[in-house]
Amino acid sequence: MYSEATTEPPETTESVTPMTGQPETSAPAQTAGTADKNVKVKAENVNLWYDKTQALHDLDLNIYENEVTALIGPSGCGKSSFLRCLNRMNDLIPSVRIQGQITLDGEDIYHPDVDVVQLRSNVGMVFQKPNPFPKSIYENIAYAPRLHGIVNGRRDLDELVEHSLKRAGLWREVSDRLQTPGTALSGGQQQRLCIARAIAVNPEVILMDEPASSLDPLATATIEELIDELKDRYTIAIVTHNLQQAARVAGYTAFFHMGEIVEFNDTDTLFTNPREQKTEDYITGRYG
Amino acid sequence: MSTRKLTGSANNPQIRRRYRAEKRFKAYCIGAVSIAFAIIIAFFTDIISQGYTAFWQYQVQVTIDYNDRAERLGQFALDRDMREVASRGATRSIPRAIDRNPDLLGTTEERWVPVKAEIDQYLKHGRDILEAKHEEVAAAPELPDKLRKKVDALIDEGRIESAFNTRFFTTGDSKLPELAGIFSAAVGTLYVLGITLLCAFPIGVMSAIYLEEFAPDNKLTQTIEVNINNLAAVPSIIFGLLGLALFINFFGVPRSSALAGGLTLGLMTLPIIIISTRAALRAVPDPIRQGAFAMGCSRWQVVRDHVLPSSLPGILTGTIIGLAQAMGETAPLIIVGMIAYIPEAPSGVFEAATVLPAQVFTWASEPEQAYVEKTAAGIMVLLAVLLTLNATAVFLRRKFERRW
Repeated sequence: MYSEATTEPPETTESVTPMTGQPETSAPAQTAGTADKNVKVKAENVNLWYDKTQALHDLDLNIYENEVTALIGPSGCGKSSFLRCLNRMNDLIPSVRIQGQITLDGEDIYHPDVDVVQLRSNVGMVFQKPNPFPKSIYENIAYAPRLHGIVNGRRDLDELVEHSLKRAGLWREVSDRLQTPGTALSGGQQQRLCIARAIAVNPEVILMDEPASSLDPLATATIEELIDELKDRYTIAIVTHNLQQAARVAGYTAFFHMGEIVEFNDTDTLFTNPREQKTEDYITGRYG
Repeated sequence: MSTRKLTGSANNPQIRRRYRAEKRFKAYCIGAVSIAFAIIIAFFTDIISQGYTAFWQYQVQVTIDYNDRAERLGQFALDRDMREVASRGATRSIPRAIDRNPDLLGTTEERWVPVKAEIDQYLKHGRDILEAKHEEVAAAPELPDKLRKKVDALIDEGRIESAFNTRFFTTGDSKLPELAGIFSAAVGTLYVLGITLLCAFPIGVMSAIYLEEFAPDNKLTQTIEVNINNLAAVPSIIFGLLGLALFINFFGVPRSSALAGGLTLGLMTLPIIIISTRAALRAVPDPIRQGAFAMGCSRWQVVRDHVLPSSLPGILTGTIIGLAQAMGETAPLIIVGMIAYIPEAPSGVFEAATVLPAQVFTWASEPEQAYVEKTAAGIMVLLAVLLTLNATAVFLRRKFERRW
């Protein structure tokens, strides 16, 4: 059961205490070679509790613009919890309490004046299990743009639907059956429909929570190609259990363990020359 | 090795015992199903065999003579012989007819009118048995010899015939069994269910939506939840007492009125609707909500655009089931006075009314034999309406069910 309305800033901010971290200690483990990159999302001193259990401990992470950042780590290490902080999906869970600061283009997303609806139309999300709405393919895409008043008129909407489906690589397969239910598609197609749905509102960041974990290898490969294409326009953060997938799609990788970021680096370095012993143990399969 | 392991179970006592136990258990289950089925069949057979005769009725052709004595008492429009055969109710309207149209005076008219209930019963149940056996049968309806001969003569003349009993569906209750019908009870049921639906559906669905989608999970809402579940299990007669105290004594709603009954049944149906609506809302997979929230929906938009459309069939089904239950309810309505004798269909919700099950109850407690078939026929009509309601519920669920 959900308990708090999410669109009214005064209510949603009850769960967020003012920033407590010290800025001077907030950018430690970042590596060289990133100085020229533009930081899209910046997390500083993020702590998160489920009731009394602390799930995230003083996290700092930069997510760079137009890059794919993979969050890897053993189950229960807090990757998904962290991902859900970035579009405030955690607001929906009454027992969650968050401390620290997360900024999108320098703007504090937990500021009392922030409207979650606007935040979420800027930070889209794709879930582990494909969850198309039980409506037609067309309606799945058209719903949010219509709701947010992004388009004017039927023609614009048709164009947007086609454009989004094309960008998600689904147009060829479904163009002749846009009125059929989205739930009738195959798993991989459903997931691409969800991606198309997410990009239809033209977000800047797309969060993906193990987007390929319920798909077969072929559909996974399609999704990975898609992610690679999407990074030219969007900033992507992806949680994955599949290390090869992280290595294939991500420019940067963060290794989570027990609610902390053990190591963050560009993917090549992290996988070939990890700085921390724990990272090495995990990626070589000795741990986790 | 492997063949010896997998075959030869016939000789293995443990496996044989397992098979036997399985067969035994299956037999018990089949027995249980058979018993249930037999009871239903027996029930339907009994009701139908008792009640089907109510849909036919014997009529007699009489000559109505509009004379000046009939202007005071309708009976005098018939000759003395026919007065014994034709229903007393058939000539009731004659004085008024003459009053309205004095030109009728002095004219005559041939007309088919219902026979008296005891003659009807004799013709339906007594005559054939007596003729077939040529002896007295204790339970068979009998008539005095003189009257029986007269009836037999009328049948031979073709002046008594059996016809479909439309009167049963077009009139209200009557103290003359041959004239009693279910129309006023059906109208009363319609009014009562209308009011029940109007007051229980919006309140129930809104409460369920709030509790399921908006309310925080705390002590207060948990208490409310537990109490709603308890309320659904409260005996219906308690709701009748509540309705009497609250609506009739406190708010002054007219006693016996469809409004009082409808509000009382509304109270009773409310928890059923809340519980079934919550179940329907809970059946909507959470990823749908998550997806909608992630698209930037407010909670109301999530409920309106995604949760409600998906759960609507479930909500409607629950509502119809709740209404069907309310429709079969008699106890609370007795308390609010809806058991009254209602010959005329009510023309509004403030007027005294009765409902189908209450009408059945009334007939069941009448001493005349003719009411036995009326009772059974009333039950058949009630069952037909209930089956229709439930079929509608199934149809709605099938038609609008969404698969994930």
